[in-house]
Amino acid sequence: MPNRAGAESALFAENQTPLSPMNIHEYQAKQLLKQYGVAVPDGDVCKTPAEALAAAEKLVAAGHKMLVVKSQIHAGGRGKGTFKSGFKGGVKLCKTAAEAKDLAAAMLGNVLVTKQTGPEGRLVSTLLVAGAPNIKKELYLAVLLDRATSRPLVMASTEGGVDIEEVAEKTPEKIVKEQIDPALGFQPWQGRKIAAALGLKGDLANQCGKLLAGVYKTWWEADASMVEINPLCIIEGTDGKDQLVAVDAKIGLDDNALYRHKDIQAMRDLAEESPLEIEASKFNLNYIKLDGSIACLVNGAGLAMATMDIIQHYGASPANFLDVGGGASKDQVTAAFKIILSDPAVKAIFVNIFGGIMDCNVIATGIVAAVKETGLKLPLVVRLEGNNVVAGKKTLAESGLTLITGDSMADAAQKVVATVAK
Amino acid sequence: MAILVTPQTKLLVQGITGEFGARHAKLSLDYGTQLVAGVTPGKGGQFFEHGSHKVPIFDTVADAVKQTGATASAVFVPPPFAADAILEGVDAGLDLVVAITEGIPVRDMVRAKQAMAGSKTRLIGPNCPGIVTPGTGKDSHGGCRIGIAPGYIHKKGNIGVVSRSGTLTYEAVWQLTSRGVGQSTCVGIGGDPVNGTSHLDVIKLFMADPETKGIIMIGEIGGSAEEEAAEWIAKHGTKPVAGFIAGATAPPGRRMGHAGAIVSGGKGTAEAKIAAFKAAGIGIAVTPSDMADTLLKMM
Repeated sequence: MPNRAGAESALFAENQTPLSPMNIHEYQAKQLLKQYGVAVPDGDVCKTPAEALAAAEKLVAAGHKMLVVKSQIHAGGRGKGTFKSGFKGGVKLCKTAAEAKDLAAAMLGNVLVTKQTGPEGRLVSTLLVAGAPNIKKELYLAVLLDRATSRPLVMASTEGGVDIEEVAEKTPEKIVKEQIDPALGFQPWQGRKIAAALGLKGDLANQCGKLLAGVYKTWWEADASMVEINPLCIIEGTDGKDQLVAVDAKIGLDDNALYRHKDIQAMRDLAEESPLEIEASKFNLNYIKLDGSIACLVNGAGLAMATMDIIQHYGASPANFLDVGGGASKDQVTAAFKIILSDPAVKAIFVNIFGGIMDCNVIATGIVAAVKETGLKLPLVVRLEGNNVVAGKKTLAESGLTLITGDSMADAAQKVVATVAK
Repeated sequence: MAILVTPQTKLLVQGITGEFGARHAKLSLDYGTQLVAGVTPGKGGQFFEHGSHKVPIFDTVADAVKQTGATASAVFVPPPFAADAILEGVDAGLDLVVAITEGIPVRDMVRAKQAMAGSKTRLIGPNCPGIVTPGTGKDSHGGCRIGIAPGYIHKKGNIGVVSRSGTLTYEAVWQLTSRGVGQSTCVGIGGDPVNGTSHLDVIKLFMADPETKGIIMIGEIGGSAEEEAAEWIAKHGTKPVAGFIAGATAPPGRRMGHAGAIVSGGKGTAEAKIAAFKAAGIGIAVTPSDMADTLLKMM
């Protein structure tokens, strides 16, 4: 229930961090894992080719025969991505420090397009230069919340380095799952059990237990929503012995818990986030940009999703998800209109409000003011229902604005779809 | 009968002196709900006054229960302290704790849910609109309203409504009421990934409640609670159920407002939930405007 918003709960807002979900880079995920005792490959973060050279020289001096230069963006598919400059690969192997410097020069300051970034791509401004060990086997490991039991779940597989969803679909028997009692935390016997299931023996089994405990602790202590290590690798260490290390790592965070992690908040990279979504979060609006032409402004997350669905049902596509919450003050509605209108793909606006506690007339007044302030020229369809709705509809009717009203959600949705179908 | 709460249920509000809690405590009093106590640590001995009502405030839930006989609680405590407030209600032996608070860290709820396992207390929420059992008065006055739902949209009757979303619940309730059809009880189970009571828990209660003749179940993307409920209904359902799933157009990997509303790893899609509903004989509302009509056609 979206009681977070505006006037509905000023009380909650002061304890909350911005609403747009926060992600972190691979190098930051590895820093967190390292803090909890998880082995990760040696490496440094670099912002310039000179830094990349220095980092690479350090790695070569430490005995690394192969190096890897990895673009740090919040999107997958980096290795197979292409830079807009034409340079291929956001993750590249090399042998010498000089090569690492050249690779860094080709990546830094350029825009990388991968299957997850969309055609606009992401600007690469940070690299991870790391040792690329000789990988003997790739495994998979993740800790996440099992929603069915409300308990943490450790998932591991002998099939690492590939898409785990495909493994889950085709060979589910190759995924082992271990539930963790949140009161006890991860237990040593669970480490032995998973190590055995992964076919690890001797010292590697011991390493596995320690690593699993560290990964679980990272999930728990950092309030992560997911920690995924894919691949988790058995490598030949610089000392010639087999080692278990987290070669790639992804951490998703529980936004509700960020308030108690100042260190993780500092990892936020605003350059990776949508400017519109950042702007929306300042007004306590939950906005997600989509690809369609009908913008929606709705109170409540469930109703906002349902509004998107009904637009699609009648043959058009939603331009966004936008939940103004249970309150919807005039300032919020105005900010919402401005955010919606800054998307050039928007051809019409659908306002769908069920004013339960909120006075519909207050909302109507807010809509009228927002339309006048933003000088809206696009078709606007308003469906208003609930508390004091008669006065609200009167306010809209007497505003002199050329807006269309709908009686039900279906009626309004059909009307707004008709405006873009013309 | 209704489920979970009746107009006689004695309610306390945790966080009654906060702006949000106070506002909704007043609305519950106006609705005729038996709000008998408030709890705000440090304000014990004071009173929460509204019109002719004078509700005593206590420092602890245990005190409030002992002095007033309250059996249910509405939690309006800010997120960092909300899980603690829930557990305080469990310790005090309440039958029902309804956590309205949005934004409680998942880890806090994982611990709280584990800690309350085996207790007699049922938790509804968090991040939910609460529960309404409509009364017999004008605009359903005299009912039990726990939480933040608008009371006046309800009407006493025989349809049970269960939903993860607040405004979609109101939408369904309003569709029913405007067609002259009342509700036995309306339950918002909340939009978080860890909640105290599932769709299935509520469905079982509705199926066992002689007053409830039909059910509207509203779900959304994320998790598999809707599928579990559908599977049970297929085997044990004895009453007509109509359903709607929100989020068919939501892009995978993006959280749609509710912390739990996310399709990840191909799991929790609207398609899978709708297929499960169909397989269970649950009537599908093709648009959110059809929720009431879909059920009424089945009855």
